[in-house]
Amino acid sequence: MSLFEQMGIVYALLGAAIAVLFAGAGSALGVGIAGQAAAGVVSEDPSKFAQVLILQLLPGTQGLYGLLVGFITLSKIGILGGGLADVSVQNGLLILAACLPIGIVGLISGRSQGKTAAASIGIVAKKPDQFVKAMLFPAMVETYAILALLISFLAVNGVQL
Amino acid sequence: MAVLQMQRVSICAMKKNRKAVLERIQSLGLMEISDILEGDAGFAHMDTANARASFEKAAAQADRALELLDVYAPEKKSLFASLEGKALIDAKVMGEMASKRDALQRTASRIQALDKQIAEKRAEILKLENGIESLVPWMELDIPMNLTQTKTAAVILGTMSGVGAVDDVYQVLAQDAPDIEKVDVTLISAGKDMACLVVCCMKQDAEAVEGVLRTHGFARPSQVWPKSPAEVKEDLLGEIERHKEEMETARQEIVSLAEHRRDLRIVADYYRVRADKYQVLGTLPQSERTFFISGYVPARQVGRLEEALKIYDCVIDVEELKEDEEAPVLLKNSKFASSGEGILESFGLPHKGEIDPTTIMTVFYVFLFGMMLSDAAYGAIMAAACGWALLKFPRMGEGMRKSLQLFFWCGLSTLVWGVLFGGYFGDVVNVVSRTFFGHEVSIPALWFVPLEDPMKLLMYSLGIGIVHLFVGFGIKGYMSLRDKKYMDFVCDTLLWYFLLIGLLLMLIPSSIFASIAGTTIVFPPALNFLAKALAIVGAVGILLMSGRANKNFALRIALGLYDLYNISGWLSDLLSYSRLLALGLATGVIAQVINQMASMFGSGVIGAILFIVVFVFGHAVNMAINMLGAYVHTNRLQYVEFFGKFYEGGGRAFAPFKENTKYTSIKEEL
Repeated sequence: MSLFEQMGIVYALLGAAIAVLFAGAGSALGVGIAGQAAAGVVSEDPSKFAQVLILQLLPGTQGLYGLLVGFITLSKIGILGGGLADVSVQNGLLILAACLPIGIVGLISGRSQGKTAAASIGIVAKKPDQFVKAMLFPAMVETYAILALLISFLAVNGVQL
Repeated sequence: MAVLQMQRVSICAMKKNRKAVLERIQSLGLMEISDILEGDAGFAHMDTANARASFEKAAAQADRALELLDVYAPEKKSLFASLEGKALIDAKVMGEMASKRDALQRTASRIQALDKQIAEKRAEILKLENGIESLVPWMELDIPMNLTQTKTAAVILGTMSGVGAVDDVYQVLAQDAPDIEKVDVTLISAGKDMACLVVCCMKQDAEAVEGVLRTHGFARPSQVWPKSPAEVKEDLLGEIERHKEEMETARQEIVSLAEHRRDLRIVADYYRVRADKYQVLGTLPQSERTFFISGYVPARQVGRLEEALKIYDCVIDVEELKEDEEAPVLLKNSKFASSGEGILESFGLPHKGEIDPTTIMTVFYVFLFGMMLSDAAYGAIMAAACGWALLKFPRMGEGMRKSLQLFFWCGLSTLVWGVLFGGYFGDVVNVVSRTFFGHEVSIPALWFVPLEDPMKLLMYSLGIGIVHLFVGFGIKGYMSLRDKKYMDFVCDTLLWYFLLIGLLLMLIPSSIFASIAGTTIVFPPALNFLAKALAIVGAVGILLMSGRANKNFALRIALGLYDLYNISGWLSDLLSYSRLLALGLATGVIAQVINQMASMFGSGVIGAILFIVVFVFGHAVNMAINMLGAYVHTNRLQYVEFFGKFYEGGGRAFAPFKENTKYTSIKEEL
């Protein structure tokens, strides 16, 4: 058996890494952007801390979705339980492909959601009573991360080893 | 489930009862003042601007004093202080405080004056400290700083840059003023950028010497004292000490005034209520002997208002609202449904002619929230925490109570869904039994485990979505029927139902559906035919009827085509419900990750302790994040998908003339 034929599990692990890595990076960017805006508001009015903290947290979910897909992948290929599964090259690449949606969409949507959350923090700064509406704008962006999560999850789940 | 019917109530009463009547209306809080007699000749308006302004100022002063008390003598508050709500006081106590209001106002201004005094002292101390700072380089000087001459000699004090030793100065003088001989230079201190010097010379040479030194950067000190620097420092320190003592006295006086905190709160509210009253008083049309007041009152409360005003000589006129009048909106719902009113208000109250969707929305809200969070333990914690807070703090604010009630129900719903899906802190039962007791035990799901069959749950999620959307669309149809717009009902609602149901029935036996659901469903041929017929009737109907307001036939068909395009809107709305599955999975899988991490430390005592630490922290974070997610996304499904089908909102909330207090609420006299 040549080295290339044994690469299946490596591809699969690469998939898990991509899911966690990119989605996590997206969330980190998003939460960072929103956090800067939140810090600005709190420096003016500390009583808005709880509200802006919630808004800052909203772009954090992409990282969780990436973790979810990564976890499912790891347990599927047996890295978590000990005893590696026998993953063919084809299956490894399938899993890698399945992990791409949440990785890439997580990265981009996390960053965009962070920007939207920063703008929403501006709403809270000026009109605190419109908090619920402010919260809804970042949630719109998250929809697409959820769709990507679904496809990644269903695809990883569906690959028969 | 209703928007309360409003009636216009107009009252005409004797002027002598003016204040009594107004106060009665204010304490009942049933009427939104809205005058109809604007600009009517023959009526005068009382100018209350001054009285109102002085009450508002007094209220603001008391508020400010209370803020200062919080700074200087903070109250011990429990973590849940924000849930406690306003303190309940008797109307009698309010009256007592009102009679003491002048004294209390003096207390308030005294607190403010003391604060100002403290601020001034603080500035003064800062100034003195700066003075001491500037004296430091001169400390070695043992003569008064303002000494300029002795009997025959001149004394020049000053600073100079670029001087390291006395010789530097002598050198400069020898160079530029070689004929002056009798000069004595003493270096007091030499810093990095400048040195402090005392230069003594004969009186007649003073000007020349200083002139020369000046060209080399010599300058006299900006501030001089009639004492030696060491003595001056002593004095300044003494002064600072005195200021500090005075500050402390002032601070203690403020702290001693903190006992008036409660009274100040009451009197602040008293002024606030009075300011409101005078504001209304200023808008009332008044004739020589009488005055008029008019506004909206909920129809079912009119009797109570009439009863309360009976004792005064007045005429009360009740009439239905005019056709074009946009009445303020007040909702009336059952105890369960009213918990969702806050969610509805955030979107917008129903505008004229719309029905109040709170009850239906609340039912779906609780249902969808539970499905998204779907962990029995999280649900139980949520319901228990909200229930505890509701019982413990019965006087919390209205909005807060409604939210907590809603989350109590959502918690129960989460509990039920968790039991159905077999989630108890994720899979903690399995993990604990496996790690610590050696054999795995699990609580079986009552229905099925989503992780094992996600496609099944996806189907159910979309199914629930269809029900949710159809109910919303149905409400639109109901409103058309209620308004007797039968044509609208048939064209805008019924035809769409035909089309959508037809398409759904066509989809179910198809191979796409079979591959998703995993089973093939075969309909009898008649049903298949019916599905096609419904879809075609619906589509053709929409094509022809959507643009029915237009006479131009081509335009009408074009509008119909455009309306048919909405089918993609329905599709995206429907797919949006896949978040029910995704968020449920997120809760469950992350909980499993936490359990797995917690169990990595083995089964010993240390393992158990670390397990508990990781478990508590991890699940607290997971629960918080997923509750936030469930809340946000349930709101989205209600606002965008559900309300998008029938509801616009934009009504104006009923804002009755009442006792708008900040700290206290006044007990109704019986």
